[in-house]
Amino acid sequence: MYYIDPHIHMVSRTTDDYATLSRMGCVAMSEPAFWAGYDRGSVDGFRDYFVQLTEVEPARAAEYGIRHFCWLCINAKEAENVQLSRDVLKLIPEFLDCPNVLGIGEIGLNKNTRNEAIVFQEHVELAIEHHQPVLIHTPHLEDKHQGTLMILDMLADHAQLPSERVLVDHVEEHTVKRVLDAGYWAGMTLYPVTKCTPSRAVDIIEMVGAERLCVNSAGDWGPSKPTAVPDLIMEMRRRGHKEKLIRKIVFDNPRAFFQQNKKFDLMDPAER
Amino acid sequence: MNAIEILDQEFLTIRSRLLDIAASLDRIQRAEGDAESDSRMAHVSEAIEIVGSRLPHRAERVQLLFSREYDEAWKSRYELESRA
Ligand SMILES: [Zn+2]
Repeated sequence: MYYIDPHIHMVSRTTDDYATLSRMGCVAMSEPAFWAGYDRGSVDGFRDYFVQLTEVEPARAAEYGIRHFCWLCINAKEAENVQLSRDVLKLIPEFLDCPNVLGIGEIGLNKNTRNEAIVFQEHVELAIEHHQPVLIHTPHLEDKHQGTLMILDMLADHAQLPSERVLVDHVEEHTVKRVLDAGYWAGMTLYPVTKCTPSRAVDIIEMVGAERLCVNSAGDWGPSKPTAVPDLIMEMRRRGHKEKLIRKIVFDNPRAFFQQNKKFDLMDPAER
Repeated sequence: MNAIEILDQEFLTIRSRLLDIAASLDRIQRAEGDAESDSRMAHVSEAIEIVGSRLPHRAERVQLLFSREYDEAWKSRYELESRA
């Protein structure tokens, strides 16, 4: 089955990973801007990163028949530095017209601090000003529930940002319903250590349904598995779910969310 | 799949994970020092109680047990104005 990985950090992955993902049926992916594993020292570090996301990765992906899209922001971890964040916010509009940029992301909270909240709000305002969709990172472990509710509070302040243009990522059992009930899209991240396993993700699909729900690998430089979406496909098949439902989760849903940006012009491979 | 079929499939996994937890707790107990007064151990005991109960949505309950509290008034605590 072909699929889309809506959240994967290919700057941290090898070319072999592109080849493996292509063989497993990945036809498109989106890469949100994130923390590189160290704090970047200047706005120029971000400029170089945005060039990597908008020029280098799409070219690497194309070698393997994969469409590469991305999202731009300064992530929550580096948002503790409000001045640097504001410099990066000023830089982002230069890149918004690049053909593979889908919107602003992954913005969000990490330790749920005041500075993170300030920079989150400023990103949302930038997205509204430039009519961009938004992809949101929610914190992990003990900070997730609190951080997700804080994010929903801040989004509720911005009626100009339609809920269907926002995806709240890394939802789990205790946050998924809050996100979906508020009208947003939700993403489940399949991760070996701190996040959701394929079995739990399928449990969640069985409990809340497949509307506005996506899954991703969030493969990055840490312990992660870029082929986690095919693992979920296998688990759904093992439980006897219909191919149509599986396809909705791994292809139709991310495509419908991304297509709100006209630049996401991925054809259904079946109709090519 | 009915409940028995799922149990057939899951039983050995459940058994092995329970043994993993029991062995981890044994290892902590055998070691020098005392972890019993660490608040994480109280959370672990509470989580095991939830898991052993017949309550619905046990995964969600365990998640909430391991979550920091959300304070509705966080914005005023942070002195952040609503930016509507
Ligand atoms: Zn990410």
